Amino acid sequence: MKSLGVRAGILSVVLFLAFCLVWQIAVTPSASSGPALDPEYAKLMGITTAGSQSAMPGPLEVMQKLWVALSDPFYDNGPNDKGLGLQLLYSIGRVAIGYGLAVLVAVPLGFLIGMSPLAYRALDPFIQVLKPISPLAWMPLALYTIKDSNLSAIFVIFICSVWPMLLNTAFGVGSVRKEWLNVARTLEVGAWRRAFTVILPAAAPTILTGMRISIGIAWLVIVAAEMLVGGTGIGYFVWNEWNNLSISNVIVGILMIGVVGMVLDLILARLQRRVTFPE
Amino acid sequence: MAEIDTKTAVPADPKFISIEGIARRYPKREGGVTTIFENLWLQVPRGEFVCIIGHSGCGKTSVLNILAGLEAPSEGAVIVDGQAISGPSLDRAVIFQGHALLPWRSVLGNVAYAVSSRWRKAGKTEVEERSRRFIELVGLKGSEQKKPAELSGGMRQRVGIARALSIEPKILLMDEPFSALDALTRGTLQDEVRRICLSTGQTVVMITHDVDEAIYLADKIVLMTNGPEAMVAEVVDNPLPKDRARDSIHRHEDYYTVRNHLVDFLVSRSRTFRDDKPAGYDTRRPPTVRLGSAAKVADAANTIPFPAAANGRD
Ligand SMILES: Nc1ncnc2c1ncn2[C@@H]1O[C@H](COP(=O)(O)OP(=O)(O)OP(=O)(O)O)[C@@H](O)[C@H]1O
Ligand SMILES: [Mg+2]
Repeated sequence: MKSLGVRAGILSVVLFLAFCLVWQIAVTPSASSGPALDPEYAKLMGITTAGSQSAMPGPLEVMQKLWVALSDPFYDNGPNDKGLGLQLLYSIGRVAIGYGLAVLVAVPLGFLIGMSPLAYRALDPFIQVLKPISPLAWMPLALYTIKDSNLSAIFVIFICSVWPMLLNTAFGVGSVRKEWLNVARTLEVGAWRRAFTVILPAAAPTILTGMRISIGIAWLVIVAAEMLVGGTGIGYFVWNEWNNLSISNVIVGILMIGVVGMVLDLILARLQRRVTFPE
Repeated sequence: MAEIDTKTAVPADPKFISIEGIARRYPKREGGVTTIFENLWLQVPRGEFVCIIGHSGCGKTSVLNILAGLEAPSEGAVIVDGQAISGPSLDRAVIFQGHALLPWRSVLGNVAYAVSSRWRKAGKTEVEERSRRFIELVGLKGSEQKKPAELSGGMRQRVGIARALSIEPKILLMDEPFSALDALTRGTLQDEVRRICLSTGQTVVMITHDVDEAIYLADKIVLMTNGPEAMVAEVVDNPLPKDRARDSIHRHEDYYTVRNHLVDFLVSRSRTFRDDKPAGYDTRRPPTVRLGSAAKVADAANTIPFPAAANGRD
């Protein structure tokens, strides 16, 4: 009897292989009749692909492309031909700046809001209206006011990751147990020390939950934003490869978006575990 | 009920804590105010162990929170050592009912937090050394690095006690510190608290529901009537000797006199006292009651049946 982890791992590999097999079978052209392409689609894809060969690459082809992309990830041959790693770095850089700014704004501000029930009540309607706005809806406004596509993308990351962190921080700070605050009061702990030794540790798990939600949103949004503003980044890469009609590279891009998103989430999850305390 | 002389020396400072006419009112939902208690007067001499007992909801926690400075009274003032209190202070340590440990700190961290708050300029080793000493005092040596979640209820309460004692407060305030513990653990902790407080001459105000706990620990037992508009009915001078021991206390000639008196109060007089005040009752000076005497041993012994009392305890 192997451990659950080992068995789950084996099952994962089996599922992956099965998926690749089905994928391969699905894209292998049948000998008798060529795939009936929709004429519109064929035109879009370029006439050349219309024939006996499927436009959809198989897993082997994608893996080969992935290998190529990963073996030289950081080359730079001008605006339309950059390595996958380089594009990812551009995206990660934008997310880091936008998200970092959002943390710097949301956590202290959320702290203040959470400390004051009045501020919480007064600002709540604004936050509730601003929160559900799709980040991309901000894009025209951002482009118009900021007039710089790169900064606009960063702004959009900022604006979409700020709300969950703001709300969670305010909530976490506002619901610190009264008895812990009373402990600090009876020990005559000053406001600053209280903030850092009682309120922050007590609210940290809630704050980190907000940060984790935000990083997920930020990574979702950057891809879409880069498709819109173009230039650099993994979103642009995917869009560019679509224009190049390289579906294999599109799939490679998608894969890497997933992997990076997972890594970002793992980092935050690890941080979250570090500040969580059992009661 | 007979007056006897207490042999204990008159404390140097009979008004060390002086509660002067405090009131606690809450607005009612449907308008108006509820008065939990008003015009409450009580004095606690330096070095005494005072227990407050009364029924649930009569306002004991409110009194203690006002003493701690965590809440301001709606009226009146509390004078400690000649000074009106205006907020919480390191001079008054609180042991909370729900232990109130910081769960992200270890046992050592929790005690050290208090120590370093008390002595801001103390070095790290000094703070740690002192914290360890108090952790050892409450019998938790070896558990310094554990988090509160890894401790039993009794151990957590011990940490709370260590934390409170480590700052050398002038006054120790305890709100039903042992009520959540099993009888065995409660007994051990009572012994420890008694030993520590006795050896340091600590002034203590403790709230309890438990008559036996009050008799074992207290020098004076304050009886509060039922709320709303609760008042201090009387202060019972505990006639048991200072060097009482848990295993023989119930054999003391005055034990059941006191016990019956307290139970009797909780069962009936806490309810009827308001309409049936003794002549000359003065809220500013609640009567001190001295119970038990050698002359009354014959009938004060454990033979007096108190069936109603025995069944009606809460
Ligand atoms: N914030 C509040 N608003 C309104 N009423 C309150 C509030 N806090 C306490 N009370 C009332 O004050 C009264 C006294 O409460 P308190 O907690 O002091 O009682 P207690 O004697 O400590 O009871 P217990 O023995 O159950 O702990 C209760 O009747 C309670 O309903
Ligand atoms: Mg209470």
